[in-house]
Amino acid sequence: MPEKLKNKEMIIEDPSVEQTKLRRRAFAGQILVGVIIVFFWEFLTRIGWLDSYYWSSPSTIVRTGWTAITQGTLLQDLAYTSGSTILGFILGTAGGYLLGLSFWWSALYSRIFEPYMIAFNAIPKLALAPVLVIMFGIGFDSKVILAFLMTIIVAAIAAYSGVQNVDPDLEKMLVSLGAKRRHVFMKVVVPTTIPWIVSILKINISLALAGTIVGEFISSRQGIGRMILYAGQVLNIDLVWVGVVVLSLLSIVMYLGTVWLERVLMKGRTPKS
Amino acid sequence: MSELKIVNCSKYYKKNGEPMCALEETDMHVENGRFVSIIGPSGCGKSTLFNIVAGLIRPSSGEVLLDGKDITCESGHVGYMLQKDLLLPWRSILDNVIIGLEIRGVPKKKARERALPMLKNYGLGGFEYDHPDALSGGMRQRAGLIRTLLYDQDVILLDEPFGALDAQTRMQMQNWLLQIWKDFKKTILFVTHDIDEAIYLSDEIYVFTHRPGKIKAKIEVELPRPRNEKTLMDDRFLTLKRELLLMLGEERVSSE
Ligand SMILES: Nc1ncnc2c1ncn2[C@@H]1O[C@H](COP(=O)(O)OP(=O)(O)OP(=O)(O)O)[C@@H](O)[C@H]1O
Ligand SMILES: [Mg+2]
Repeated sequence: MPEKLKNKEMIIEDPSVEQTKLRRRAFAGQILVGVIIVFFWEFLTRIGWLDSYYWSSPSTIVRTGWTAITQGTLLQDLAYTSGSTILGFILGTAGGYLLGLSFWWSALYSRIFEPYMIAFNAIPKLALAPVLVIMFGIGFDSKVILAFLMTIIVAAIAAYSGVQNVDPDLEKMLVSLGAKRRHVFMKVVVPTTIPWIVSILKINISLALAGTIVGEFISSRQGIGRMILYAGQVLNIDLVWVGVVVLSLLSIVMYLGTVWLERVLMKGRTPKS
Repeated sequence: MSELKIVNCSKYYKKNGEPMCALEETDMHVENGRFVSIIGPSGCGKSTLFNIVAGLIRPSSGEVLLDGKDITCESGHVGYMLQKDLLLPWRSILDNVIIGLEIRGVPKKKARERALPMLKNYGLGGFEYDHPDALSGGMRQRAGLIRTLLYDQDVILLDEPFGALDAQTRMQMQNWLLQIWKDFKKTILFVTHDIDEAIYLSDEIYVFTHRPGKIKAKIEVELPRPRNEKTLMDDRFLTLKRELLLMLGEERVSSE
């Protein structure tokens, strides 16, 4: 210690160095944990501690998956499921956001619709799935609509909370600068609500995926959900595992997508609330 | 030219069914280019008066005239810096100060070009692209004031702009404000709790009673300009200070 003082070494705090270090180590740790899980899974099924009929095994899953890609329709199914999920997510989240924002314009209108929004949120939308499939057919549309319904109200409620959080003094300040309502909307309301909508992106992407999968379970000719259902019916448990693993990978990819989206939307801000 | 007349303005709110007076009937006449301070106890209706002048709230009675034109309930005719700095946290300082121009329809690029030299000249050089939370309280107030100045109205209302600053920074900011006032030849209405500040800055001072507020006295400050630290030791300064202290002291007693 005294040596350091003698050298008069300046200590300049750079939080970003610490952050990068932490991030790298966390990433390495995450990979390590994954590898350990896969290893034990493989190991335990090989020595028979886990029944490989139920638990399959990583190597079998990879093999089965490869067959499903080359000889089956796994890739098309993946495209189908991710397509309807992402489309439903985008429509639902954007639609809900606009709906929530629209409540800013009129106190009367928002008062009237608030209870309906809450009631609709309370409905278990998945229970409506059979009706939706009958209404919109067993194709792509019904899956998109399920994903849409799963996400729209969550987004609307988040945006509405954001709207209620707009600082009235900021509004006053803008008005004193001659702002009309549309200026206040664009320059204060929208920016205030962005962190609110950003905070539900991750929830919504998984809700959208759940909606799509349930839609496929109920009735579908394509998709990972249908593949899992079919594999289960013919007792091809290895293929069920392939479906589960593919869905997990899909949600990880979509999760990373939302992280990227968050970053884009929050650009130039300190991510506080 | 700009001449502000506040004629018989008052504001009443209903509280528990009873009308509650926030500001009693007030008359004020502010001549072009003057620096006018309003001093009075907390809750006496100073911000209420400013909100009325800025057209943000409707007075219960009376009207506001700017150069003879009725601007009651019309916003955008005077520059107004509210009691908080109210910078938008998601915008850089530069983009914060140009917001008034943006609203007026000036293209962003042009607005920025106009704002940049101003930020440089008035002590915010080097911070143009920082966000407000990276700035000190004094700097945030400067930014708030520059935003108001860029909006370019002849009359500017400042509601306790330096209330939250320490004495040192405060003094600095007062000189800075006097500089700006001289450079831009604005008419300034200034709310403060601080007697020294009011005397140091103003041409005239309105003293308000405790709530419900009304004008108790109007005092001319005939100290020579430019003012500096020596002004604070001037006999006339001290006489005025004693006078104001007594007046506000009476208000404190009568409110107890
Ligand atoms: N919207 C409102 N509804 C009801 N009462 C209000 C409203 N706005 C202000 N008042 C009341 O009016 C009075 C004057 O308020 P105002 O904010 O003008 O005081 P002030 O002189 O600016 O005080 P301070 O020096 O603390 O800022 C206060 O008693 C306040 O409670
Ligand atoms: Mg006030």
